[in-house]
Amino acid sequence: MSLSIANMTRRFGQTEVLRGIDLDIGKGELVALLGPSGSGKTTLLRIIAGLDWPDAGSLAVDGQDWLGRTAQARRTGFVFQHYALFPHMKVRDNIAFGLTVLPRSQRPPSAQIEARVRELLHFLQIDALADRYPSELSGGQRQRVALGRALAISPRLLLLDEPFGALDAQVRRDLRRWLRGVHEASGTTTIFVTHDQEEAFELADRVVVMGAGRIEQIGHPDEIYDHPASAFVARFVGLTVELPVTMHQGRAEAPGIDLTALPRRAMADGPATLFLRPSDIAVRPDPEGCFRVAEIVSTGALLRLQLTGPDGCGIEAEMPRRRIAGLETGQPVLLRPEAGRIFPAAPRSDQPATPAPLPAFKEQRL
Amino acid sequence: MRPAAAPGALAPRPDQRVAKALIAAAVLLTIAVLVVPLAYIFHRAFAQGFQVFAANILEPNTLHAIALTALVALLTVPVNIAFGIAAAWAIARFRFRGRKALLTLIEIPFSISPIIAGICYLLLYGRQGLLGSWLLAHDIQILFALPGIVMVTMFVTSPFVLREVLPLMQAQGSEQEQAAVTLGASGWQVFRRVTLPNIRWALLYGAVLCTARAVGEFGGVSVVSGSIRGQTNTLPLQIELLFNDLNIAGAFAAASTLTVIALVVMVLKTAMEARR
Repeated sequence: MSLSIANMTRRFGQTEVLRGIDLDIGKGELVALLGPSGSGKTTLLRIIAGLDWPDAGSLAVDGQDWLGRTAQARRTGFVFQHYALFPHMKVRDNIAFGLTVLPRSQRPPSAQIEARVRELLHFLQIDALADRYPSELSGGQRQRVALGRALAISPRLLLLDEPFGALDAQVRRDLRRWLRGVHEASGTTTIFVTHDQEEAFELADRVVVMGAGRIEQIGHPDEIYDHPASAFVARFVGLTVELPVTMHQGRAEAPGIDLTALPRRAMADGPATLFLRPSDIAVRPDPEGCFRVAEIVSTGALLRLQLTGPDGCGIEAEMPRRRIAGLETGQPVLLRPEAGRIFPAAPRSDQPATPAPLPAFKEQRL
Repeated sequence: MRPAAAPGALAPRPDQRVAKALIAAAVLLTIAVLVVPLAYIFHRAFAQGFQVFAANILEPNTLHAIALTALVALLTVPVNIAFGIAAAWAIARFRFRGRKALLTLIEIPFSISPIIAGICYLLLYGRQGLLGSWLLAHDIQILFALPGIVMVTMFVTSPFVLREVLPLMQAQGSEQEQAAVTLGASGWQVFRRVTLPNIRWALLYGAVLCTARAVGEFGGVSVVSGSIRGQTNTLPLQIELLFNDLNIAGAFAAASTLTVIALVVMVLKTAMEARR
């Protein structure tokens, strides 16, 4: 099924949580809503599920308006971060729940429900857990049960809120691969919310980066990683070093920094900001250089350098340890950025403000 | 090499004398304040033999009092359960104007002496009361009759179920219910299959506490019942009446009945606490 959201806004009191969202998702896609906390991604997911309602805008699924439907009628099978399994039911009853609450006329016979549960238990590789209670399961197992409960109703749209947020790193990686497999096997259009860039990039066909209630960029993971569309996305995908530069005839210029490695840009002359990853800066000892090495820390494979600029600004650079010999603290160096994104220096007020954390519906972080 | 010792054998040993003295004091106090008086009720009730006890219990007025008390509890407790769940649901799941006020209002019966509740009802529904003449004109008897007794008992016991259920519902949050809704469950299905099973022990516990209070309620009921023997006397009122009549054996027989009810309730409550 396909989903189409247009011009959607939502505010809680004074806080604008969604400020005009336009989004189209195609049949069978696996889409990640990626953003820092407070970006509105969970609210958007809840609105799609029917657990929250927008102030304005439209939401259509397969061309039909969904805002007129209750969550009960939408049957999306929302998977919560903390699973929200029913603690008084066995795993098999949890998974069967969505089928047993169907109106009598549509409800399959109990033998059929049982068969469906067995099939799902097998599909999710948790056959042995059918008669356990949720309190007797590990986090990863609970996650599988929660997903099974949602898949049991064959939802047209599967929604997951921070599906791996409460799990430790190893389980998280395993489940990620497994979820990808589940998606490919079931073909259900799936939307999940995450604040973890790696998770979104590894799992999703398309990533929707959200910041402060707006969509900042929609694209394939590589596209977002290589060509962040805005300063916000650049910062979010790890271009954490910001250098003030001046654009002159398509070239960036800055004192003490060799910017010749960067290609020409079609940009107006004037002040701009260069965004870089710490690993994109080559550092070369040079007596003429106006940056100084303030600190060198080894993380094993990498050396992390703290550099101080002429006006006291500090930046961070990273490089493989073997590549720099004879670099020591206090030494003047020349910087040579090898990649990076340039955005016009925005007036301060134009930058997305971080909204205050919302008291309700806030995702819990462990 | 040191031989293996009991776990924790090397922990410093505190002075046992203080602990023993405190335990002894607690035990003595419990015996003096609780056990002896309770045992004495039964001792006195059966002092003149089982025949006398049975005769006292089967005395028509006492029997009527027992039946009336049971009826009052039977009417009060279901209403309180319904009210408790509804109020807890509203307070735990919704944000509305006056939510805090409702929470405070519900606590009032805890802080107000029941006799004040009785007097309020007297002033409202009594013959000279605010609604008295209207009730008289329509031939509706509230005071000195079953409705008055039931209403005062409801007033006094109203917070019990709510107070047990609300904290649990607040702690659990509504995610399970939301999950159930997105799986296609209707409001009633969510309540019956998700909410109710989650709160069932707290609910039963609250109902048991509520029953105990409804059965034992004295102050408020004594004002509105009029204490008409064989008609509006509940068991606690009957005990007082017998006592004032210097019918000590009768009073103790009735009191032992009430105590047995209380003890049964306590056992139920303890069993439920273990299950919660």
